[in-house]
Order: sequence, then structure tokens, then C-alpha cells
Amino acid sequence: MSHKGKAYIIGIYEHPTRLAKDKTVPMLHAEVTKGVLDDAGLSKKDIDGFFCAAGDTPGLGPLSMIDYLGLNLKHMDSTDTGGSSYTLHIGHMAEAIAGGKCSVALLTLAGRPRAEGMATGTAPRAPAVPMPESGFEFPYAPATANMYAMCASRHMYEYGTTSEQLAWVKVAASHHAQHNPHAMLRDVVTVEEVVNSPMIADPLHRLDCCVISDGGGAVLMANEEVARSLSKHPNVRVIGNGEASKNQMGGKVDLTYSGARWSGPRAFEMAGVKPSDMKYASIYDSFTITVVMQLEDLGFCEKGQGGRFVSDGNLISGVGKLPFNTDGGGLCNNHPSNRGGITKVIEAVRQLRGEAHPAVQVKNCDLALAHGTGGSLGTRHGSSTVIMERA
Amino acid sequence: MSEAPKERKIAAPPINVETQKFWDAAAEGKLLIKKCTDCGEPHFYPRDICPFCFSDKTEWVEASGKGVVYTYSVMRRAPVPYAIGYVTLAEGPTIMSNIVDCDLNSIKCGQSVKLVFKPSDGGPPVPMFTPA
Repeated sequence: MSHKGKAYIIGIYEHPTRLAKDKTVPMLHAEVTKGVLDDAGLSKKDIDGFFCAAGDTPGLGPLSMIDYLGLNLKHMDSTDTGGSSYTLHIGHMAEAIAGGKCSVALLTLAGRPRAEGMATGTAPRAPAVPMPESGFEFPYAPATANMYAMCASRHMYEYGTTSEQLAWVKVAASHHAQHNPHAMLRDVVTVEEVVNSPMIADPLHRLDCCVISDGGGAVLMANEEVARSLSKHPNVRVIGNGEASKNQMGGKVDLTYSGARWSGPRAFEMAGVKPSDMKYASIYDSFTITVVMQLEDLGFCEKGQGGRFVSDGNLISGVGKLPFNTDGGGLCNNHPSNRGGITKVIEAVRQLRGEAHPAVQVKNCDLALAHGTGGSLGTRHGSSTVIMERA
Repeated sequence: MSEAPKERKIAAPPINVETQKFWDAAAEGKLLIKKCTDCGEPHFYPRDICPFCFSDKTEWVEASGKGVVYTYSVMRRAPVPYAIGYVTLAEGPTIMSNIVDCDLNSIKCGQSVKLVFKPSDGGPPVPMFTPA
């Protein structure tokens, strides 16, 4: 039984902080919960489903946070696929609501890597318990930036993609971020500034990388009955979602594509729409190359043509054909807890409600996509696609 | 601009019952991969059970040590810059490694490389690659 159109996004909230020195991670989870309830016009007792990613939620799976927030639940899910967890959970929430497992579902994300001084992209992260692949990867010092950079190197080798083309992704994000008072980086940048910024991991420069920020966000979803009883915002519903994971495939490594090649078509098929129907797209932008590869894999352009597609302002709202990440994205606005998936959903909902900043609001935005990639594009990652419409 | 390679401390690999033979061979300067005797597919990293056909009939095979750089990146934000990459072995599998003992600015996709071993910090030597 399809859950298409049966679950509504009734609340969104993005924490305004980008540096949370005086907060704990649980405090941030509680503050975004309060914020999302205010946005929807509901109270905590209405929540009967809780969704989170184990990796940014202190405690065993969801248990400590459920206790801390004082929730009484019928349903819970703490699946973790890194930064894509939150687009993935939109699908899980829709399925749970359509299946009658819960009627009002909360999703939260929070973290403070900036306050903790974490070298998010450049230091290898040793796991507490060795993973099956650890002995064959960790000695080589895989960080985050160099894993995504290896995808960029291969993309350039196979398709002739250039640093200037990648830079256009950041340029577009910066054009949007100038209108977001909460964005960490609000200055408009040029292609030249991106390619002349310091090299981090060849071929990715500093300005090809997303920000490291604290904060978080929350999304509240509900069934049709609850959604119809609320009147603060236009209704937004989920009409398609898909998920996938991609990895090294036993040594048949191919870094030219992402799991979006599978999660995208699953979502489009359920929704009964195609990429060219999208009025707006939130595309996970951990790095500029991430965006280029996902756009190709989701079908917005041919494989290998992503560099050309993003050039000349094609992602800038009001200028190009595909307005993307109008909040400034992870590249300029916010990448809370090193996980950008929830802000992708939040900005897509703002667009569908008509509540984005007027300078970047897409006219008559009634159909939008949010897509996440989480984990490492160079080794193994989760991929999830959500398609939403204004109901 | 040429960049002289410096020494980087290499983390010791965690070793377990499934990978002990790989690291014992590494100590003797040999690179082993796993091959399934049922479906015939080589795979990497090594598992007891074939990740393709799920047969438990896998055997260790010594690789020639010849390969080609599939992709790479030079990490500049590190105490000692280093090149990480994937190398496609002559036997088929593409494996993560470091490209060492060369000008880091000269590495290219498609470049031929050969096996070398580098000592790890308190563990067995680790397979790496250098221009052939």
C-alpha cells in the first residue's frame, strides 16, 4: 500500500544558532522541538512518534532523548545514514503515519561540532569499535574532504569537469545566503574567489567545502486529519520518497555516481512526476562535487554534464532553470552537527509554503524535491530522496 | 612546483580472525586478495563469505602488485600532506591505498603503479603504491 500523499509536513524549525558554546546537544534537541511545535501550533502531548539519527542523539538509540524530552510514544526509529538520515526519515515518518503507527511524528537533529573544535573534514575519524573495512582504510587516513575529493578527481578525469564549474555551485549558494540573516557566510563570492581559495584536498578548495556549524532542526509530520485541523501554514504533503545505499561493491569501485541513481527514480515513480517538473530542489551540498553528482544521478541532466548544468548561475533563484538551496545551503548557511539533511527538508517546505525569503522565493512553488547523501561519497553512503507538493 | 614527500605516521590496522592471514602475508611483503572458487570473482576487502554470490568457498590469492591509479586526492590540511587513492589491481579489484615515494603534484588518474610496503605505527607493514 503506497503512502503517497497520506502524510503532511505540519511543522519546520531551524535553530538560529551557528555557534552553541553555551548549550548541550540535548538542550538543542529540546529547543528545536519547542520551535517546531510552535511553528505547527501543537503541544508536546500531541507527539506519538519520534524519529532521529542515532549518531547525533546522545544515548542508546532514541531512548535517552525520549526520556529527556518527556515523550509518550507509539512509534520510534533511530536509523542513521549520516547526513541523509533526515531525508530518509521523512519517508519513514510518512510510512509510519500512513500505516497508522502514529499520528504526529517528530524528527530532530542537533549538534555542536564547531563549539567542540572538531576538524570535521580534514581529520580521519577513528571508530570506537573497528568496522569490517577499518584495517583496509584507516591506515591510509581517509578523512571526509579527501573522500569526496577522490570523486571529484575521477569526475574531472572521465567527464572533463573543471574546478570553475564546481565553483558555480558555491557561487549560487552564496547568492542565496546573502538574504539569510542566520547564514554563517553571507558574502557573495565569485568563481575566481572559489578556485583561488586554499586547496584542502585536491581538487577541492576551501570554498568547495560546506561550513562547520552548530545548531539543529526539527520537522513535524502528521496524518491528514491533524493537518486539516491546523491553519497557520499552507499544507505540504509527501508524495514520493526513495532510499538506497552505495558502497565499494566488493572492489568494483565506481565513484562516478551516487546512490541517488537508485533513490531518485524510486521517489519519482511513487510521486508520478519527473525531474523537469520540479520547481525547486534542495540538494545536499557537503561539497560542490556532491551537488554535481546528485543532479546527474537524480536525472536533472545527463551523466557527466553536471558541471555544465550548474554553470552560469543555473542554480540561482530567479536566474537559472533549477533554483536550489535558497537558504544558502550547507555551503553558506548551515550544516548542523555535520549533517545537512534536515535543513534540506526545511528550506523545501519554506518554498512550498511561500515562506522563503522574498528575494529567493520561487513563484508558484507547488512541487519540490529534497535529497540527501550521508556518510562518505568515496566509500559508502546512504542516499534518500523526498518529493513534496503543496496540497 | 615539486613537493618532497615527508614521513607520515601510519595508523596500525586492526586485525581479526578474518584478516589475520592478510596481515601475516603483508609482513612477508605479499599482497593477498580473496577469490571465490564458486563464482570465480575476486573481491576486496577480504571476507570469508563472497560478497557477490555468498558462497563460503573463498581462497586467498597473491596479487601481482601491479595496478593503475583509479583516483586520488592530496590532503593538504595535515601535519604531513599525503596522497590517498584507489588503485585498480591487475587482478580486478580496486582498493584504497596511499600513493607514496613520489612528487605528490605529479600523480594522475590512469597512472601505472606498483606495490610497496610501509611500516605502520605498532602494527604490520601496510600495502601502498608508488609510480611504476
